[in-house]
Amino acid sequence: MDRILLAHGGGGSLTKQLIRDMVVARFGNPALAPLSDSALVELPAGRVAFTTDSYVVKPLRFRGGDIGRLAVCGTVNDLAMAGARPLYLSMGLIIEEGLALDDLAAILDSAKAAADEAGVTVVCGDTKVVERGAADGLFINTSGIGVVPEGRNVAMERAAPGDAVLVSGPIGDHGVAILSERQGLSFETPVASDVAPLAGLVAAVLDAGGEAVHALRDPTRGGLGMVVCEVAEACRHDIELDEAKIPVRPEVRGACDLLGLDPVYAANEGKVVVVCAEAVASSVLTAMRAHPLGRSAARIGRVLDGAKGRVTLRTAIGGRRVVDPPYGEQLPRIC
Amino acid sequence: MVPDLLKLIAERAERLAPRTIRFMEVCGTHTMAMFRSGIRAMLPPNVKLLSGPGCPVCVTPMGTVDAALEIVRRPGVALATFGDMVRVPGSRSSLERARAEGADVRVVYSPLDALQFAKAEPRRLVVFFGIGFETTTPAVAATGAYARDRGLSNLLFLVANKVIPPAMEAIVAGGEVKLDGFLCPGHVSVITGTGIYEPLAAKYRTPCVVTGFEAADILEGVAMLLLQVVEGAPRVEIQYRRWVHPEGNAKARERVAEVFRPCDAAWRGLGTIPMSGLEFRPELRGHDAVEALGVEVPPELENPGCSCGEVLRGLIEPPECPLFATRCTPATPVGPCMVSTEGSCAAFYRYGER
Repeated sequence: MDRILLAHGGGGSLTKQLIRDMVVARFGNPALAPLSDSALVELPAGRVAFTTDSYVVKPLRFRGGDIGRLAVCGTVNDLAMAGARPLYLSMGLIIEEGLALDDLAAILDSAKAAADEAGVTVVCGDTKVVERGAADGLFINTSGIGVVPEGRNVAMERAAPGDAVLVSGPIGDHGVAILSERQGLSFETPVASDVAPLAGLVAAVLDAGGEAVHALRDPTRGGLGMVVCEVAEACRHDIELDEAKIPVRPEVRGACDLLGLDPVYAANEGKVVVVCAEAVASSVLTAMRAHPLGRSAARIGRVLDGAKGRVTLRTAIGGRRVVDPPYGEQLPRIC
Repeated sequence: MVPDLLKLIAERAERLAPRTIRFMEVCGTHTMAMFRSGIRAMLPPNVKLLSGPGCPVCVTPMGTVDAALEIVRRPGVALATFGDMVRVPGSRSSLERARAEGADVRVVYSPLDALQFAKAEPRRLVVFFGIGFETTTPAVAATGAYARDRGLSNLLFLVANKVIPPAMEAIVAGGEVKLDGFLCPGHVSVITGTGIYEPLAAKYRTPCVVTGFEAADILEGVAMLLLQVVEGAPRVEIQYRRWVHPEGNAKARERVAEVFRPCDAAWRGLGTIPMSGLEFRPELRGHDAVEALGVEVPPELENPGCSCGEVLRGLIEPPECPLFATRCTPATPVGPCMVSTEGSCAAFYRYGER
């Protein structure tokens, strides 16, 4: 048995075997173990944060991560951005007939490692197999539950004039790493995806800044530019970014130049943008830099008085330009 | 360095005031770099930069897009092209829409990727839709030569490659817009060398500076052009010295000449310009998709209301087009200048004040 067969999704003994050997063997825990229709879990006091996301990344395994790690981190990060402590995940697998079992095992190993890293438990799941051509190897859906402690209120609307805008590290790594591995893309780069669970880093930010941490966003698809525009629109104040302060790895900048992309709009999977009161900005920055995922955290801009909800960027040479939300996939330059 | 250059530009512009000085940046990469770094707003008010015809997506006529659509709708055909081309509207559809309807449209970064498809899928007819200027053409030529030499009969080309100098000459000769100089494209000149610009300086007395793509390169290029205007001595100069040599890359040009020969070509907005396009030499005709598949390429055809032509000739700035940011946006582009990342409409939309 080295590949997934349609029969693995048939609900019979082969399905049971797959779930036992592949899923329970890795994720086994008291909530998952009964394999009953629903998992029963306890929640601490506070508001419940609940989110879902589907992962269809291509290729399944890329430099710096794979779809399993991504599926855990993406959902964990969505919970963390609400100020929640992530606790439980569900995991639904839609597998294309013919997927190598070794590949599935490696992906689930990586998902389990990411869950441990994030301190979350996978408590329920589902496995379906579809015929060849009906999916692309493997799709994963994860939903997540977390709890926001009493009194915590992190929301984009809370961003206020004078607030500092911070980012936890160099931007664009994930976008460039994936792009460089896509079929038909003949360039190679040493850039690895930054995919990582941010709950620990966010906890450090909230410990350092408390209520003065107004908004948290993870700049995934659409990149830094997208989330800063969303914050500006939600809080109805202008935001100014300082290009020279935005960390970008030289190899990411090089790849973006080559492809005609703008790192400001390139995807990340392990970065957080923090908007906090100026009074706590330095201590939040110090706390971020003390965390392994925030070593090159930087202050990149501030919220202004202006009430148009516009984002501007002071360019490295002292010019100024408008930052608009991107309108779809970034396309390559051709000459 | 940047403050020094800005000071130099201000001094030279002051000596020419109140006269308005208009330079054209020929290359779309320049347009994009200027917007990204905010250069336009940093220049003195009497120095204006106009975007030129150097965005290969933008100057590809609608008829060629229609031909690509006709080709990809045939059974067994896969059409490979650069990303921006996929979104350019033809007269009734776009490759993006055709793909959603089931056509096999593939985005590639190099013609060599199309070659790989053709080798891997011998029963499929792979058509590479090539656009681009002197910089991109050598790779298309090398791919064409490979297909010819190996008898790779399932790889065809829809060739819309063009050469830049005739378009520059058409713009100055047309006289619609009074230009005081060209920021000549750095990457193109790496291949062509600088001799191609001499007639512009000699015959049309238009200053030319071959310029690189960093903000400081562009500012230095502007400062050099201004000096030529102040001195009244048009000539061809190279700012982008770290890459461009006057003689260019003869080997790349030879590869192109082995495969292509010049022909008249239609440019969106500029009409047909003699000897501004490239076609396969007779021995490669079997790889020409238009010929092999008997496709009609409709002649010049424009989308009514779209002012890309005027934008490409430097007659208007994108916000002066009635469709700009209303009916025509990057999400719903009417013309190619709003699609391409190097198009001036897209640059104005994304980075400009609206």
